[in-house]
Amino acid sequence: MDLFRAHVLVCGGTGCTSSGSAELIRRFEEQLELNGLEKEIKVVRTGCFGLCEAGPVVIVYPEGTFYSRVKPDDVNEIVAEHLIKGRQVQRLVYSAEKSQVATSLNQMQFYEKQKRIALRNCGVIDPENIDEYIAFDGYQALGKALTEMSREEVIDTVKKSGLRGRGGGGFPTGLKWEFAFKSAADQKFVCCNADEGDPGAFMDRSVLEGDPHAVLEAMAIAGYAIGASEGWIYVRAEYPIAVKRLYIAIEQAREYNLLGKGIFGTDFNFDINIRLGAGAFVCGEETALMTSIEGKRGEPRPRPPFPAVKGLFESPTILNNVETFANIPQILINGWEWFASMGTERSKGTKVFALGGKINNTGLVEIPMGTPLRDIIFDIGGGIPGGKAFKAVQTGGPSGGCIPSSLIDTPIEYDSLIAIGSMMGSGGMIVMDEDNCMVDIARFFLDFTVDESCGKCVPCRIGTRRMLEILERIVDGKGEEEDIPKLESLAKTIKATALCGLGQTAPNPVLSTLRYFRDEYEAHIKEKRCPAGHCQALLQYFITDKCVGCTKCARICPVGAITGKVKEHHVIDQAKCIKCGQCVENCRFNAIIKK
Amino acid sequence: MTDAKKVDKYQELQGAIKRHHGERGALMPVLQEAQSIFGYVPQDVQIQIAEGLNVPLTEVYGVATFYSQFALEPRGEHVIGVCLGTACYVKGSQKVMDRIAQELNVEVGHTTPDGKFTLNATRCLGACGLAPVIMIDEEVYGRLKPDEVPGILAKYQA
Repeated sequence: MDLFRAHVLVCGGTGCTSSGSAELIRRFEEQLELNGLEKEIKVVRTGCFGLCEAGPVVIVYPEGTFYSRVKPDDVNEIVAEHLIKGRQVQRLVYSAEKSQVATSLNQMQFYEKQKRIALRNCGVIDPENIDEYIAFDGYQALGKALTEMSREEVIDTVKKSGLRGRGGGGFPTGLKWEFAFKSAADQKFVCCNADEGDPGAFMDRSVLEGDPHAVLEAMAIAGYAIGASEGWIYVRAEYPIAVKRLYIAIEQAREYNLLGKGIFGTDFNFDINIRLGAGAFVCGEETALMTSIEGKRGEPRPRPPFPAVKGLFESPTILNNVETFANIPQILINGWEWFASMGTERSKGTKVFALGGKINNTGLVEIPMGTPLRDIIFDIGGGIPGGKAFKAVQTGGPSGGCIPSSLIDTPIEYDSLIAIGSMMGSGGMIVMDEDNCMVDIARFFLDFTVDESCGKCVPCRIGTRRMLEILERIVDGKGEEEDIPKLESLAKTIKATALCGLGQTAPNPVLSTLRYFRDEYEAHIKEKRCPAGHCQALLQYFITDKCVGCTKCARICPVGAITGKVKEHHVIDQAKCIKCGQCVENCRFNAIIKK
Repeated sequence: MTDAKKVDKYQELQGAIKRHHGERGALMPVLQEAQSIFGYVPQDVQIQIAEGLNVPLTEVYGVATFYSQFALEPRGEHVIGVCLGTACYVKGSQKVMDRIAQELNVEVGHTTPDGKFTLNATRCLGACGLAPVIMIDEEVYGRLKPDEVPGILAKYQA
């Protein structure tokens, strides 16, 4: 193997690819060749580094210099200064606070409180090269399982580790495996749920893009444990980079006989197929996902029978989420005691969260279970941009709830989140500030659910639609006194009677906002006022004394609602105003307010 | 479309049907290939798939209408997807959407009369770090402001 004096790691995750990292790689390779350095310095396209906010990200090793928001034109300077002369390009070095310049990952506050297990290889190795995965102990866990451990021992290790499903439900993984192990059948299946549908969650995508072999290895281990020879990965078609890397990884694993027949010289056979999802959120539900792999409409079916007894193609099946699988090889290599030593009593290990919304450091973070929300949002996430006040954080996607600022010291674990009316979900964490209207957020999620309801059961198909209609009425300023009790009664019925998890949890965003932000609902209904200043129908625009009479707003207003003479205070005719907000956006003196 | 090109496409479809024939759960991958060959899944294509895979046409239609990826009507030359995932929504993607609809004078889910653009609301694209995000064909535009919309659209209007 060639030895290189330096490595240039360029993030090839979706976020950075969207902001132009592919062009950076091309330029780096071109510049290195021009300078005759291609044998000394290697350019590696890695998976996601996590700090998408700073993308595209380039890290130069051995120093570990973290360059952020690198543009194609910056490449020449990095090559000339850093790689040739050994001087860091200071203006491109990432710094959270301008005063303190971080030169390597370990010094950055964003990474300081993190513990990367599922993401350990993301941003470190080239995901399209199996040798790099193997160099980082890849496939060692599979070898250990096949040659040193019995199937019962593998299941026992996973059980004792305390690992629970990372896709949302939090069911103990080892127990699931044991059920499938005990189901007698000629054929069994291992399925991987990579249909990451929760809006705002993208950790599974990052694992698939950054470390696809970890998932393949874990699936093979699961196959050995339960007695399956075939695996299926159900992955969203909207994730083209992840799909491509999975195909490459499977091909390479087959070449090395790490998938296929007689793996590690044993009599264990295992191979993996890929099936692309076609844009249906409900297919993240386990029975719907299996129905979809079978080529049918992805509708859920009642359980029991559970998939461990009767799943894909009527055979015993286990379905685990991508992040769950990514933990498995590490548990086998380091032992269940190591894994169980992290986290809390009932939530072991770490969890990856996708930080998004009104937060400075958007991106992916992996933290030990039990870390308080405050640490994630203010220490790792860097707080709220623009000096705005933190209002709430939404976790668990359309099945979860909004956690208010008063509960910011809650430790993050499965049970504590459920206790406060939200849930872990797949790990999306959307931060909201004072400008976000909580009634509108509830409406947003119901709109999503109505759109994605498969229509099989009445409570979900019709009940969620009725809830949405009420919420639309409220944000439109047409809410009625009895709307809140109506919402609560519908929510209760849907939760109790819907067929699958999608329907049963659909009312959660409404219930949690009603619980913590009831005053906002009441303001909309009784006072016809949106306290956050978000709901258009309830807003009025006013011109304050800051107005200098520049006439710009009067010229821009599409309906001629603004009048006033040059250098005189302008006025908005409320009867004509259509609340488009163009005047606010265009006023250079911040003289127009909405309330 | 010239007749020769049309024939090619139907041959490609037959090839896809043949490759997946007999495979368990073949309907979805075949529909996905059909969608990429034709850009949508018209009725005659559904009939060919039903006959080729020996499944009832009702089932083909049922699956094609269940999943949002499959279009039964032809789409515009460029497909614009505005992400309305949570992260994008709280960062104002609805305003970006409204602006595009206004610029192109088209409703969400529809195609402009000249067949140039189809405007869709998409599910989360997983690029939440760049919110708000839109995708035109395969190209992703992030950290968007409504005022940047006309400039981006102009690139495709040529």
